[in-house]
Amino acid sequence: MEATYSVKKTSDFRLGLQAGLSIAIGYMPVALTFGLLARTTGLTFAETVLMSLFVYAGAAQYISLSLIAVGTGVMEIVLTTLIVNIRHFLMSASLTERLEEHQLYKKLMTAFGVTDETFSVISTQTGKVRTAFAAGVMVISYGSWVVFSGVGHLMGDIMPGFLQVSMSIALYAMFVGLLVPSMKKSVKVTYLAAVAAAVNSLLIFYTDLSGGWSIVASTLVSSLMVEWVWHMKRRNPRG
Amino acid sequence: MMLLMIAGMAFVTYVPRMLPFVMFSGKELHPFVKGVLNNVPYAVLGALIFPSIFLIKEGDVLFGVVGAVAAFALAFCGANVIMVVLGAIAILSAYTFLV
Repeated sequence: MEATYSVKKTSDFRLGLQAGLSIAIGYMPVALTFGLLARTTGLTFAETVLMSLFVYAGAAQYISLSLIAVGTGVMEIVLTTLIVNIRHFLMSASLTERLEEHQLYKKLMTAFGVTDETFSVISTQTGKVRTAFAAGVMVISYGSWVVFSGVGHLMGDIMPGFLQVSMSIALYAMFVGLLVPSMKKSVKVTYLAAVAAAVNSLLIFYTDLSGGWSIVASTLVSSLMVEWVWHMKRRNPRG
Repeated sequence: MMLLMIAGMAFVTYVPRMLPFVMFSGKELHPFVKGVLNNVPYAVLGALIFPSIFLIKEGDVLFGVVGAVAAFALAFCGANVIMVVLGAIAILSAYTFLV
């Protein structure tokens, strides 16, 4: 029994590593550029790697660099980071519904690895998700983020320009690749994504709301609205 | 100073990621709330993709449109995630050379 259990566990972890590979590829140009920008902003190699190691949040790290560059104070940078990352609260709340894990230290470790990308890959899996699978996705993504941040700082502009620009599509292409198969299977998914996309576009183009809050607001509006419509349909199938 | 900033950023990033795991897990949530939380992944994807996918290259919306169309076309044809990623990169590289 013991042996089968551990074999099953490694294979879940492996499947997670495989599923996380597209994130690792997508993080590469983003992390390289972060390392490069951190260097030009005046961060040392150690500071650059430490930030990726402990903060592990792409958008927030980029924003912090631009704030450091204009001489913003520590408190303001920390506050901005909180505002940009508050969306992960919603993602973690959704993940607790999918991941069955009772040991506190495992929960605390899994929480550290929640990013837009790991969340998307893990939560679009069908059925219950094993924690070992989530760990695999997170380890390969985190590794890529930290390593390529450091490489970017060391080597600077190593990628040919055209490839750097083309690779900026990678993470978005991954989101599309995760969304479309679910859209094909369920009309509800299509509505959820379309409503959130529309609301987010309106917020981005017509309000001063930050990107982080726009995502929180549009996700909540879409999830609540579509759930309410589906709820009504169930109660009153002819209406 | 920089280390203090990194520590502060790490703290405020981790707390929102961690709190729900401690607050909600193991608790039986109202079915409607459960439904809403299960909707989050697909709504998040919609919001993460749009409108940003059109804005990936500053000053060139067409670049984003080509990338978006390529990614959606590949995904609709049934390509897996890695193929969608690599295919979209390849098509945009070709676009850069041609235009």
